[in-house]
Amino acid sequence: MFQIVRKQEMAKGTIIRFDISAPKIAKKIKAGQFVILRVNETGERIPLTVADKDEFAGIITIIFQVVGKTTALMRSLNEGDLIKDVVGPLGKPAHTDKVGTVVMVGGGTGVAILHHVAKAYKEAGNFVISIIGARDKEMLILENDMAQISDELVVTTDDGSYGQRGFVTDPLKKYLDERQDIKQVYAIGPIIMMQNVVKLTEKYKMPTMVSLNPIMIDGTGMCGGCRVKVDDVTQFCCVDGPDFDGFKVDFAELLNRNSMYMKEEKDSLLFSIK
Amino acid sequence: MLDQDVKYLKFKTYLNSYCPHCHESFNTEKKDVKQIEFKSKYKGEEIDLILSPYLDVFEVEASVPIQEGDLVDDISCPHCKKTLIHAETPCGECGSPVAEVIVSAASKLIPFFLCSKHGCEWHGITKRDERRIKLKIPRQDMPEQDQTLRVHNWQEVPYGYTSELALLEAGRCLQCKKPMCVDGCPVNVDIPDFIALVAEEKFDEAAKKIKETNVFPAICGRVCPQESQCEAKCIVGHKDKPVAIGRLERFVADYERKMDLVKIPQIIDNTGQKVAIVGSGPGGLTIAADMRQLGYSVTVFEALHETGGVLTYGIPEFRLPKSIVQFEIEYLKEMGVRFELNHVIGNILTVDELLEHFDAVYVGVGAGLPMFMGLEGESLGNLFSANEYLTRMNLMKAYRFPEYDTPMPKGHNVVVVGGGNVAMDCARTAARSGCENVTIVYRRSRHELPARAEEVHHAEEEGIKFKLLNNPVRYLGTDNNKVKAVECIQMELGEPDASGRRRPVPIEGSNFTIECDMAIVAIGNGPNPIIFDSTPDMKLNKWGYIEANEDTNETTKAFVYAGGDIVTGAATVIQAMGAGRIAARAMHEKLTEKREAAKKKPAAKKKTTN
Repeated sequence: MFQIVRKQEMAKGTIIRFDISAPKIAKKIKAGQFVILRVNETGERIPLTVADKDEFAGIITIIFQVVGKTTALMRSLNEGDLIKDVVGPLGKPAHTDKVGTVVMVGGGTGVAILHHVAKAYKEAGNFVISIIGARDKEMLILENDMAQISDELVVTTDDGSYGQRGFVTDPLKKYLDERQDIKQVYAIGPIIMMQNVVKLTEKYKMPTMVSLNPIMIDGTGMCGGCRVKVDDVTQFCCVDGPDFDGFKVDFAELLNRNSMYMKEEKDSLLFSIK
Repeated sequence: MLDQDVKYLKFKTYLNSYCPHCHESFNTEKKDVKQIEFKSKYKGEEIDLILSPYLDVFEVEASVPIQEGDLVDDISCPHCKKTLIHAETPCGECGSPVAEVIVSAASKLIPFFLCSKHGCEWHGITKRDERRIKLKIPRQDMPEQDQTLRVHNWQEVPYGYTSELALLEAGRCLQCKKPMCVDGCPVNVDIPDFIALVAEEKFDEAAKKIKETNVFPAICGRVCPQESQCEAKCIVGHKDKPVAIGRLERFVADYERKMDLVKIPQIIDNTGQKVAIVGSGPGGLTIAADMRQLGYSVTVFEALHETGGVLTYGIPEFRLPKSIVQFEIEYLKEMGVRFELNHVIGNILTVDELLEHFDAVYVGVGAGLPMFMGLEGESLGNLFSANEYLTRMNLMKAYRFPEYDTPMPKGHNVVVVGGGNVAMDCARTAARSGCENVTIVYRRSRHELPARAEEVHHAEEEGIKFKLLNNPVRYLGTDNNKVKAVECIQMELGEPDASGRRRPVPIEGSNFTIECDMAIVAIGNGPNPIIFDSTPDMKLNKWGYIEANEDTNETTKAFVYAGGDIVTGAATVIQAMGAGRIAARAMHEKLTEKREAAKKKPAAKKKTTN
């Protein structure tokens, strides 16, 4: 059993932050890796990327958006409550070597993962430019945390209620046009956003890593549910990823696979309300 | 001449017996009880001898009670009054004179001998006739759930033998001097001995006998491919169907468990050494039991949230009830084996880190990475690997969705690709979850189906269709990217390949499609890279599995052992158990050496300090 030591609601309670006591995982987990969590006996296994860790306190931080039954159930948990299973670290760590200047692009809850990776890039001695986006001001998360670890930070909102109006690709294009020293782009967020980032960076032949979040069950390579096509080869996101070369990922397929259980998710949520 | 040939046999079947002279029947019925009557003489007095129909209880109705151990003077036919005493053949146990009767057993008339000494239970029959009778007893089927009802529930299909059926089946064993069945068993269970104990109704002892070599008979009796192992070698099988060794194994194990006769073994003195086992599947559980029994502190690390490995996530409830798996695991826990769930070794702890805390490590992680054929459309929705499908259904209990949160994959027309046990499991699980038409597509013919014969038989009974000699070439999708059909090509069998099976060759232009709204790919699994990536000094073989010494299961890394699917590639539960056992033996030897060496060392140190 794993205890929630701190809970914080963000974005009008639609995004939640949990600090969970998991000393063994905290000791080992690296930026880009994820955990799988099962709330209770009847719960499903859901993958969640880790936004931060405190090795000494033995704490990992997860941030999730309330989208379905399990995340709704998780929102109802409070500090001191227990989570049945947390398994991790899973997946391969992000490559966060020193390359010079990097642009970190994150959208929605993807900013949570971005934070962990950007922090690692910063610690490796890179010049970190971060672009984070959200639908509107309310939905924006981790602005201060990102500011602390970034050399430059740009915030965008779709409706212009905060920061620049528009999508994350707009400032990214500007940076790519203006700065010649950028060596690497790292993008994480909704699939459409990552797809658009890659479309843009492809024109500049700018190496771009994306962190994928397909449907998973076990997270250890066993089920194959998280298969994605990368460079026309089937890869398992949980053991081969979650980070892949953005130019090679078949985003269309990923989008299809991720919408496979829309109906069941709704049914499950309705069942739990009843 | 006969005496050397005569053999003891305890009949448990109803026997009709006749006089060898007048051929009149000895059988009578008194108060609805069938019995056998003779005339006899004892101390000069004529008496009636009454035998129970099972020929094992001597009941005597006589005016003078016969003393235990006394001989009767004569046994004769009540009809023709001729004596039945057979001069040439003495009793095989006490050497007393015997009476000869003719019995009809399995529609054959054979001579049968009874000892004339009261209290001696010896019955003799010539060896040739014994064989003849045994060969005539048909192989006993297990009673099982009605096929039309069982597709609507998840309960186990066979109910298992009753004691009577087990006794009948055990009576078929010839007790060969050189038992081939033992060679056929990957862990060399002493099969004739345990069956002999069954025949003597010592079911409990029979279970203990198996457990000397196989820790989990309740599991093996259910999932072993007996027809290609022990039962394939059975001599009875040359003339008739082989002795149902697996069913007997299952029966005694269930008997022991249900009668609460399982005893937790006494753990001998702790060795002070610790062993880590990676993976709680059949191999891991076997070595855990063995090492614990030898007095080691044993910790099993499991990646999932439940123990049992393939026994839990893979094999469905209706084939191997999870309560049995959990019973065995509880047994290990009571022995003192510790289980650490949610530990993906390689990530949370590496093998090297384990070696810092443990004296030896066993890697039994199985072959868990599902294979795909690389066909067009394999990423379509509602197309699953067998692993995903079974994990959802068994481990995550998706069949109880939405009570359990994991959604259940469902379709009207389901295609399962593959012909192994896993394919059968998927097909039968689908049938139980309300999928209407389930079709198995397999590229070879029926003869080559790798699944257990019983599973194929059960699948057919449950209405699963078999499209044999067909292979998928691509999957077609709907507009919203869900699978809608499988395009297949017909195959024919060509020359035998390396595995000895005839290679399937596609027939040009024979393509056709099968409509479906769900497809499951059950064509096998490969090695999972997680543990290798963090253990570069553990050598792999050319197929990407761990290289391990065949005799000891030692890897190229010191104090690290490996076995099961991660060494051999996908195989069977019993082979993984065998591998665990081999490693246990070698590990114990090595750790004993280490212990002895450590004992000597401090002594040597003392000398130098002196």
